[in-house]
Amino acid sequence: MTKRKQSAAEALEGVKSGDTILVGGFGLIGAPLTLIEELTEKDVSGLTIVSNNLGESGKGLGKLLNQGKIKKGIGSYFTSNRDVGDKYQAGEIELELLPQGTLAESIRAGGAGLGGYYTTTGVGTALAEGKEEREIDGVPYIFEKAIRGDVALIRAHKADTLGNLVYYKTARNFNPLMATAAKIVIVEVDEIVEPGELNPEEVVTPHLFVDAIIEAKQVLTKEGVVSV
Amino acid sequence: MTTMTKQEIQHMIAERVAKELKGPMSVNLGIGIPTLVAEYMEDDSIHLHTENGLLGVTDVEEEDIDPNLVNAGKLPVGEAVGAAYFNSSESFAMIRGGHVDAAILGALQVDEHGVIANWAVPGKNIMGVGGAMDLLVGAKKVYITMTHTSKDGSPKLLKECTYPITSTRSVDMIFTELAVFEVTEDKQLRLVELMPGATIEEVRGKTEAAFIE
Repeated sequence: MTKRKQSAAEALEGVKSGDTILVGGFGLIGAPLTLIEELTEKDVSGLTIVSNNLGESGKGLGKLLNQGKIKKGIGSYFTSNRDVGDKYQAGEIELELLPQGTLAESIRAGGAGLGGYYTTTGVGTALAEGKEEREIDGVPYIFEKAIRGDVALIRAHKADTLGNLVYYKTARNFNPLMATAAKIVIVEVDEIVEPGELNPEEVVTPHLFVDAIIEAKQVLTKEGVVSV
Repeated sequence: MTTMTKQEIQHMIAERVAKELKGPMSVNLGIGIPTLVAEYMEDDSIHLHTENGLLGVTDVEEEDIDPNLVNAGKLPVGEAVGAAYFNSSESFAMIRGGHVDAAILGALQVDEHGVIANWAVPGKNIMGVGGAMDLLVGAKKVYITMTHTSKDGSPKLLKECTYPITSTRSVDMIFTELAVFEVTEDKQLRLVELMPGATIEEVRGKTEAAFIE
Protein backbone atom coordinates (compact mmCIF):
# COMPACT_ATOMS: atom_id res chain seq x y z
CA MET A 1 0.00 0.00 0.00
CA THR A 2 1.43 3.34 -0.98
CA LYS A 3 1.39 6.28 1.41
CA ARG A 4 1.82 8.66 -1.49
CA LYS A 5 -0.88 11.35 -1.67
CA GLN A 6 -1.72 13.31 -4.79
CA SER A 7 -1.76 16.71 -3.15
CA ALA A 8 -0.82 18.60 -0.01
CA ALA A 9 -4.54 19.21 0.59
CA GLU A 10 -5.23 15.46 0.60
CA ALA A 11 -2.27 14.84 2.91
CA LEU A 12 -3.54 17.44 5.39
CA GLU A 13 -7.13 16.13 5.49
CA GLY A 14 -6.86 15.01 9.13
CA VAL A 15 -5.59 18.37 10.43
CA LYS A 16 -8.12 20.35 12.46
CA SER A 17 -8.47 23.51 14.53
CA GLY A 18 -6.86 23.34 17.96
CA ASP A 19 -4.30 20.72 16.95
CA THR A 20 -0.76 20.65 18.25
CA ILE A 21 1.46 20.46 15.18
CA LEU A 22 5.17 19.61 15.23
CA VAL A 23 6.90 21.33 12.32
CA GLY A 24 10.42 20.37 11.27
CA GLY A 25 13.13 22.83 10.28
CA PHE A 26 15.76 25.20 11.54
CA GLY A 27 14.32 28.45 10.25
CA LEU A 28 13.42 27.66 6.64
CA ILE A 29 16.14 25.00 6.37
CA GLY A 30 14.48 21.61 6.43
CA ALA A 31 11.03 23.15 6.92
CA PRO A 32 8.11 21.44 5.10
CA LEU A 33 7.33 24.54 3.05
CA THR A 34 4.72 22.92 0.77
CA LEU A 35 2.69 21.57 3.69
CA ILE A 36 2.98 24.88 5.57
CA GLU A 37 1.77 26.72 2.46
CA GLU A 38 -1.22 24.38 2.26
CA LEU A 39 -1.94 24.95 5.94
CA THR A 40 -2.18 28.68 5.20
CA GLU A 41 -4.94 27.81 2.66
CA LYS A 42 -6.80 25.57 5.09
CA ASP A 43 -9.60 26.77 7.34
CA VAL A 44 -8.04 26.01 10.71
CA SER A 45 -7.28 28.12 13.77
CA GLY A 46 -6.06 27.95 17.36
CA LEU A 47 -3.03 25.86 16.44
CA THR A 48 -0.18 25.13 18.81
CA ILE A 49 3.01 24.99 16.76
CA VAL A 50 6.10 23.20 18.06
CA SER A 51 9.08 24.26 15.97
CA ASN A 52 12.54 25.67 16.65
CA ASN A 53 11.47 29.04 15.21
CA LEU A 54 8.25 30.43 13.79
CA GLY A 55 9.71 30.82 10.30
CA GLU A 56 10.90 34.16 9.06
CA SER A 57 8.85 37.31 8.63
CA GLY A 58 6.07 36.43 6.16
CA LYS A 59 7.77 33.18 5.14
CA GLY A 60 7.11 29.57 6.12
CA LEU A 61 5.43 29.48 9.55
CA GLY A 62 5.75 33.29 9.58
CA LYS A 63 2.92 33.38 7.04
CA LEU A 64 0.70 31.19 9.23
CA LEU A 65 1.53 33.43 12.19
CA ASN A 66 0.49 36.56 10.33
CA GLN A 67 -2.86 34.93 9.50
CA GLY A 68 -3.55 34.61 13.22
CA LYS A 69 -3.91 30.83 13.06
CA ILE A 70 -1.28 30.17 15.72
CA LYS A 71 -2.49 30.32 19.32
CA LYS A 72 0.76 29.18 20.89
CA GLY A 73 4.36 28.65 19.82
CA ILE A 74 6.78 26.29 21.52
CA GLY A 75 10.37 26.72 20.36
CA SER A 76 13.91 27.81 21.20
CA TYR A 77 14.58 30.88 19.07
CA PHE A 78 11.77 33.21 18.04
CA THR A 79 14.09 36.19 17.54
CA SER A 80 14.66 35.38 13.87
CA ASN A 81 11.09 36.49 13.03
CA ARG A 82 10.39 40.00 14.37
CA ASP A 83 6.63 39.52 13.84
CA VAL A 84 6.59 37.01 16.71
CA GLY A 85 7.65 39.71 19.18
CA ASP A 86 4.98 42.10 17.89
CA LYS A 87 2.24 39.45 18.19
CA TYR A 88 3.43 38.50 21.65
CA GLN A 89 3.50 42.14 22.76
CA ALA A 90 -0.05 42.59 21.46
CA GLY A 91 -1.19 39.54 23.46
CA GLU A 92 -2.15 37.68 20.30
CA ILE A 93 0.07 34.66 20.85
CA GLU A 94 1.38 32.58 23.76
CA LEU A 95 4.99 31.48 23.69
CA GLU A 96 6.91 28.79 25.51
CA LEU A 97 10.67 29.11 25.22
CA LEU A 98 12.85 26.03 25.71
CA PRO A 99 16.60 25.56 25.32
CA GLN A 100 17.21 23.99 21.91
CA GLY A 101 18.56 20.74 23.34
CA THR A 102 15.57 20.51 25.68
CA LEU A 103 13.14 21.10 22.80
CA ALA A 104 14.81 18.30 20.80
CA GLU A 105 15.01 15.88 23.72
CA SER A 106 11.40 16.50 24.79
CA ILE A 107 10.23 15.55 21.31
CA ARG A 108 12.53 12.52 21.28
CA ALA A 109 11.12 11.47 24.67
CA GLY A 110 7.57 11.98 23.42
CA GLY A 111 8.22 9.73 20.45
CA ALA A 112 9.88 7.12 22.64
CA GLY A 113 6.89 6.81 24.97
CA LEU A 114 8.47 8.58 27.94
CA GLY A 115 6.71 11.06 30.22
CA GLY A 116 9.74 13.30 30.54
CA TYR A 117 13.30 13.38 31.81
CA TYR A 118 15.72 15.31 34.02
CA THR A 119 18.31 17.66 32.51
CA THR A 120 21.04 19.97 33.83
CA THR A 121 20.31 22.49 31.07
CA GLY A 122 18.68 25.63 32.43
CA VAL A 123 19.23 24.87 36.14
CA GLY A 124 19.50 28.15 38.07
CA THR A 125 18.19 30.27 35.19
CA ALA A 126 14.91 32.03 34.45
CA LEU A 127 13.86 29.10 32.25
CA ALA A 128 13.88 26.75 35.26
CA GLU A 129 11.14 28.72 37.04
CA GLY A 130 8.21 26.53 38.01
CA LYS A 131 10.01 23.31 37.08
CA GLU A 132 10.68 20.50 39.54
CA GLU A 133 14.31 20.38 40.66
CA ARG A 134 15.95 17.19 41.80
CA GLU A 135 19.45 16.22 42.79
CA ILE A 136 20.87 13.06 41.22
CA ASP A 137 24.32 11.92 42.44
CA GLY A 138 24.89 15.37 43.89
CA VAL A 139 24.09 17.24 40.66
CA PRO A 140 20.98 19.45 40.34
CA TYR A 141 18.62 18.68 37.45
CA ILE A 142 15.24 20.02 36.36
CA PHE A 143 12.33 17.96 35.07
CA GLU A 144 11.20 18.51 31.49
CA LYS A 145 7.97 17.02 30.16
CA ALA A 146 7.89 15.09 26.91
CA ILE A 147 6.25 16.73 23.89
CA ARG A 148 3.85 14.98 21.53
CA GLY A 149 1.77 16.33 18.69
CA ASP A 150 -1.52 15.55 16.98
CA VAL A 151 0.26 16.05 13.68
CA ALA A 152 3.88 16.28 12.50
CA LEU A 153 4.86 18.02 9.28
CA ILE A 154 8.22 16.70 8.09
CA ARG A 155 10.70 17.57 5.36
CA ALA A 156 12.94 14.76 4.13
CA HIS A 157 15.01 14.30 0.98
CA LYS A 158 13.68 10.99 -0.34
CA ALA A 159 10.93 8.58 0.67
CA ASP A 160 9.94 5.22 -0.68
CA THR A 161 6.21 4.59 -1.02
CA LEU A 162 6.23 2.62 2.26
CA GLY A 163 7.44 5.74 4.06
CA ASN A 164 11.12 5.04 4.72
CA LEU A 165 12.95 8.37 4.80
CA VAL A 166 16.43 9.70 4.15
CA TYR A 167 17.45 13.30 4.81
CA TYR A 168 19.74 15.90 3.26
CA LYS A 169 22.60 17.68 5.05
CA THR A 170 21.55 20.18 7.76
CA ALA A 171 17.94 20.03 6.54
CA ARG A 172 17.63 16.98 8.81
CA ASN A 173 17.63 18.82 12.19
CA PHE A 174 14.37 18.20 14.13
CA ASN A 175 12.62 16.23 11.38
CA PRO A 176 13.52 12.63 12.34
CA LEU A 177 12.54 13.35 15.97
CA MET A 178 9.20 14.89 15.10
CA ALA A 179 8.43 11.99 12.77
CA THR A 180 8.29 9.77 15.88
CA ALA A 181 6.19 12.00 18.11
CA ALA A 182 2.78 12.64 16.52
CA LYS A 183 -0.43 10.72 15.80
CA ILE A 184 -0.40 11.72 12.12
CA VAL A 185 2.96 12.12 10.37
CA ILE A 186 2.94 13.86 6.99
CA VAL A 187 6.12 14.13 4.94
CA GLU A 188 7.21 16.10 1.91
CA VAL A 189 10.24 15.04 -0.10
CA ASP A 190 12.19 15.91 -3.23
CA GLU A 191 11.69 12.43 -4.64
CA ILE A 192 9.45 9.41 -4.03
CA VAL A 193 10.96 6.06 -5.01
CA GLU A 194 9.85 2.41 -4.95
CA PRO A 195 10.58 0.14 -1.95
CA GLY A 196 14.02 -1.40 -2.40
CA GLU A 197 15.53 1.71 -3.94
CA LEU A 198 16.69 3.15 -0.61
CA ASN A 199 19.61 1.40 1.05
CA PRO A 200 18.17 -0.07 4.30
CA GLU A 201 21.44 0.82 6.08
CA GLU A 202 20.90 4.47 5.21
CA VAL A 203 17.23 4.82 6.14
CA VAL A 204 16.99 7.31 9.01
CA THR A 205 13.23 7.20 9.66
CA PRO A 206 11.76 3.68 9.28
CA HIS A 207 8.38 3.61 7.53
CA LEU A 208 6.16 2.66 10.47
CA PHE A 209 6.38 6.24 11.74
CA VAL A 210 5.03 7.75 8.52
CA ASP A 211 1.40 8.15 7.38
CA ALA A 212 1.44 10.27 4.23
CA ILE A 213 3.98 11.46 1.66
CA ILE A 214 3.87 14.15 -1.00
CA GLU A 215 6.37 15.64 -3.40
CA ALA A 216 7.61 19.10 -2.39
CA LYS A 217 6.29 21.95 -4.52
CA GLN A 218 7.85 24.77 -2.49
CA VAL A 219 11.61 24.42 -2.09
CA LEU A 220 14.39 26.46 -0.57
CA THR A 221 17.02 27.50 -3.12
CA LYS A 222 19.92 29.96 -3.12
CA GLU A 223 17.45 32.52 -4.47
CA GLY A 224 14.97 31.88 -1.64
CA VAL A 225 11.74 29.85 -1.61
CA VAL A 226 10.54 28.94 -5.11
CA SER A 227 7.68 26.86 -6.56
CA VAL A 228 8.69 23.83 -8.58
CA MET B 1 42.69 51.02 19.47
CA THR B 2 40.57 53.88 18.20
CA THR B 3 41.80 53.31 14.65
CA MET B 4 40.31 49.80 14.43
CA THR B 5 36.93 49.17 12.82
CA LYS B 6 34.34 46.97 14.52
CA GLN B 7 35.10 44.26 12.00
CA GLU B 8 38.85 44.44 12.62
CA ILE B 9 38.25 44.15 16.34
CA GLN B 10 36.05 41.08 15.84
CA HIS B 11 38.66 39.42 13.64
CA MET B 12 41.44 40.22 16.11
CA ILE B 13 39.51 38.49 18.91
CA ALA B 14 38.63 35.51 16.70
CA GLU B 15 42.25 35.07 15.62
CA ARG B 16 43.42 35.14 19.24
CA VAL B 17 40.97 32.54 20.54
CA ALA B 18 41.79 30.27 17.58
CA LYS B 19 45.37 30.06 18.92
CA GLU B 20 44.03 28.56 22.14
CA LEU B 21 42.74 25.46 20.35
CA LYS B 22 45.01 22.46 19.95
CA GLY B 23 43.77 19.40 18.08
CA PRO B 24 42.63 16.75 18.09
CA MET B 25 39.41 18.19 19.46
CA SER B 26 35.79 19.06 18.64
CA VAL B 27 34.69 22.67 18.96
CA ASN B 28 31.27 24.28 18.78
CA LEU B 29 31.18 27.84 17.45
CA GLY B 30 28.41 30.22 18.48
CA ILE B 31 26.95 33.11 16.50
CA GLY B 32 28.84 36.40 15.91
CA ILE B 33 32.57 36.65 16.65
CA PRO B 34 32.79 32.86 17.28
CA THR B 35 31.72 32.17 13.68
CA LEU B 36 34.81 34.07 12.48
CA VAL B 37 37.07 31.66 14.38
CA ALA B 38 36.60 29.13 11.57
CA GLU B 39 38.66 31.41 9.30
CA TYR B 40 41.69 31.03 11.58
CA MET B 41 41.65 27.25 11.96
CA GLU B 42 44.80 25.79 10.49
CA ASP B 43 44.76 22.44 12.31
CA ASP B 44 42.66 19.86 10.46
CA SER B 45 42.38 17.73 13.59
CA ILE B 46 40.08 20.40 15.04
CA HIS B 47 36.56 19.36 14.07
CA LEU B 48 33.93 22.08 14.15
CA HIS B 49 30.49 21.15 15.45
CA THR B 50 27.33 23.08 14.71
CA GLU B 51 24.26 22.32 16.81
CA ASN B 52 21.91 22.22 13.83
CA GLY B 53 23.45 18.88 12.94
CA LEU B 54 26.95 18.78 11.46
CA LEU B 55 30.37 17.75 12.77
CA GLY B 56 32.95 18.89 10.21
CA VAL B 57 32.12 22.50 9.33
CA THR B 58 34.36 24.33 6.85
CA ASP B 59 34.25 27.55 4.85
CA VAL B 60 32.41 27.49 1.55
CA GLU B 61 33.13 29.27 -1.73
CA GLU B 62 30.34 31.41 -3.15
CA GLU B 63 29.73 29.06 -6.10
CA ASP B 64 29.44 26.01 -3.81
CA ILE B 65 26.80 27.44 -1.47
CA ASP B 66 24.01 24.97 -0.68
CA PRO B 67 20.90 26.51 0.95
CA ASN B 68 20.42 23.33 2.99
CA LEU B 69 23.93 23.39 4.44
CA VAL B 70 24.21 26.08 7.11
CA ASN B 71 25.62 26.74 10.58
CA ALA B 72 23.74 27.71 13.74
CA GLY B 73 23.59 31.31 12.52
CA LYS B 74 21.90 30.01 9.31
CA LEU B 75 24.95 31.13 7.31
CA PRO B 76 26.17 28.91 4.46
CA VAL B 77 29.05 26.58 5.35
CA GLY B 78 30.93 23.71 3.73
CA GLU B 79 31.34 20.07 4.64
CA ALA B 80 34.82 18.90 5.72
CA VAL B 81 36.36 15.59 4.69
CA GLY B 82 35.13 13.10 7.29
CA ALA B 83 32.04 15.14 8.18
CA ALA B 84 28.91 13.63 9.74
CA TYR B 85 25.28 14.77 9.86
CA PHE B 86 22.88 14.00 12.71
CA ASN B 87 19.55 15.12 14.13
CA SER B 88 19.05 17.82 16.77
CA SER B 89 18.64 15.40 19.67
CA GLU B 90 21.92 13.61 18.85
CA SER B 91 23.57 16.97 18.41
CA PHE B 92 22.57 18.04 21.90
CA ALA B 93 23.44 14.62 23.32
CA MET B 94 26.96 15.41 22.11
CA ILE B 95 26.82 18.80 23.82
CA ARG B 96 25.00 17.97 27.05
CA GLY B 97 26.70 14.61 27.35
CA GLY B 98 30.14 16.21 27.57
CA HIS B 99 31.43 14.96 24.21
CA VAL B 100 32.23 18.39 22.75
CA ASP B 101 35.66 19.59 23.90
CA ALA B 102 35.09 23.32 23.67
CA ALA B 103 32.44 25.91 22.91
CA ILE B 104 33.26 29.42 21.77
CA LEU B 105 30.40 31.77 22.55
CA GLY B 106 29.56 35.43 22.67
CA ALA B 107 28.31 37.16 25.83
CA LEU B 108 26.47 40.34 26.78
CA GLN B 109 27.90 40.33 30.32
CA VAL B 110 30.37 38.30 32.37
CA ASP B 111 30.55 38.53 36.16
CA GLU B 112 33.72 38.39 38.24
CA HIS B 113 33.30 34.65 38.77
CA GLY B 114 33.00 33.93 35.06
CA VAL B 115 29.23 33.44 35.03
CA ILE B 116 27.76 34.82 31.81
CA ALA B 117 24.55 36.36 30.50
CA ASN B 118 24.05 36.01 26.75
CA TRP B 119 20.42 35.26 25.95
CA ALA B 120 18.06 37.91 27.25
CA VAL B 121 17.89 41.63 28.02
CA PRO B 122 15.57 42.88 30.80
CA GLY B 123 12.63 44.96 29.60
CA LYS B 124 12.62 43.25 26.23
CA ASN B 125 10.62 40.15 25.39
CA ILE B 126 12.54 36.98 26.10
CA MET B 127 12.36 35.50 22.66
CA GLY B 128 15.35 33.31 22.01
CA VAL B 129 17.79 31.05 23.82
CA GLY B 130 18.89 28.57 21.14
CA GLY B 131 21.66 26.22 22.26
CA ALA B 132 23.41 28.59 24.68
CA MET B 133 22.22 26.97 27.93
CA ASP B 134 23.01 23.45 26.70
CA LEU B 135 26.52 24.46 25.62
CA LEU B 136 27.19 26.08 29.00
CA VAL B 137 26.29 22.96 30.96
CA GLY B 138 27.87 20.49 28.58
CA ALA B 139 30.99 21.71 26.77
CA LYS B 140 34.20 20.67 28.52
CA LYS B 141 35.68 24.17 28.06
CA VAL B 142 33.79 27.37 27.37
CA TYR B 143 35.60 30.33 25.81
CA ILE B 144 33.90 33.71 25.60
CA THR B 145 34.64 36.18 22.83
CA MET B 146 33.23 39.70 23.14
CA THR B 147 34.12 43.35 22.84
CA HIS B 148 35.43 44.66 26.15
CA THR B 149 32.69 47.27 26.51
CA SER B 150 29.19 47.72 25.12
CA LYS B 151 28.30 50.29 22.45
CA ASP B 152 27.86 53.06 25.02
CA GLY B 153 31.31 52.32 26.47
CA SER B 154 30.05 50.67 29.67
CA PRO B 155 31.96 47.60 30.95
CA LYS B 156 30.73 44.10 30.13
CA LEU B 157 32.95 42.47 32.75
CA LEU B 158 30.89 43.28 35.84
CA LYS B 159 30.76 42.47 39.54
CA GLU B 160 27.38 40.87 38.91
CA CYS B 161 25.38 40.27 35.76
CA THR B 162 22.32 42.52 35.57
CA TYR B 163 20.88 40.47 32.70
CA PRO B 164 19.45 36.95 33.19
CA ILE B 165 22.29 34.41 33.45
CA THR B 166 22.68 31.58 30.96
CA SER B 167 23.97 29.03 33.46
CA THR B 168 25.42 28.90 36.97
CA ARG B 169 28.59 27.39 35.47
CA SER B 170 31.67 29.61 35.20
CA VAL B 171 33.33 29.83 31.80
CA ASP B 172 37.03 29.01 31.35
CA MET B 173 38.46 32.00 29.46
CA ILE B 174 37.35 35.39 28.15
CA PHE B 175 38.85 37.07 25.08
CA THR B 176 38.33 40.76 24.27
CA GLU B 177 40.17 43.27 22.07
CA LEU B 178 41.98 44.49 25.19
CA ALA B 179 42.78 41.40 27.21
CA VAL B 180 42.61 37.68 27.82
CA PHE B 181 41.32 36.46 31.20
CA GLU B 182 41.16 33.00 32.64
CA VAL B 183 38.83 31.88 35.41
CA THR B 184 40.80 30.32 38.26
CA GLU B 185 39.77 27.19 40.13
CA ASP B 186 38.37 29.32 42.95
CA LYS B 187 36.28 31.24 40.39
CA GLN B 188 38.21 34.47 40.13
CA LEU B 189 39.21 36.32 36.98
CA ARG B 190 42.92 36.44 36.26
CA LEU B 191 44.40 38.67 33.56
CA VAL B 192 46.72 36.47 31.52
CA GLU B 193 47.50 38.69 28.53
CA LEU B 194 47.15 42.22 27.21
CA MET B 195 46.19 42.38 23.54
CA PRO B 196 48.45 44.36 21.16
CA GLY B 197 48.10 48.10 21.81
CA ALA B 198 46.25 47.68 25.12
CA THR B 199 47.59 48.98 28.43
CA ILE B 200 46.85 47.75 31.92
CA GLU B 201 45.45 51.20 32.76
CA GLU B 202 42.93 50.94 29.94
CA VAL B 203 41.89 47.43 31.02
CA ARG B 204 41.48 48.58 34.64
CA GLY B 205 39.45 51.59 33.51
CA LYS B 206 37.08 49.57 31.36
CA THR B 207 36.56 46.59 33.69
CA GLU B 208 34.16 46.72 36.63
CA ALA B 209 34.83 43.14 37.78
CA ALA B 210 37.70 42.52 40.16
CA PHE B 211 40.54 40.59 38.53
CA ILE B 212 43.96 39.31 39.53
CA GLU B 213 46.74 41.03 37.62
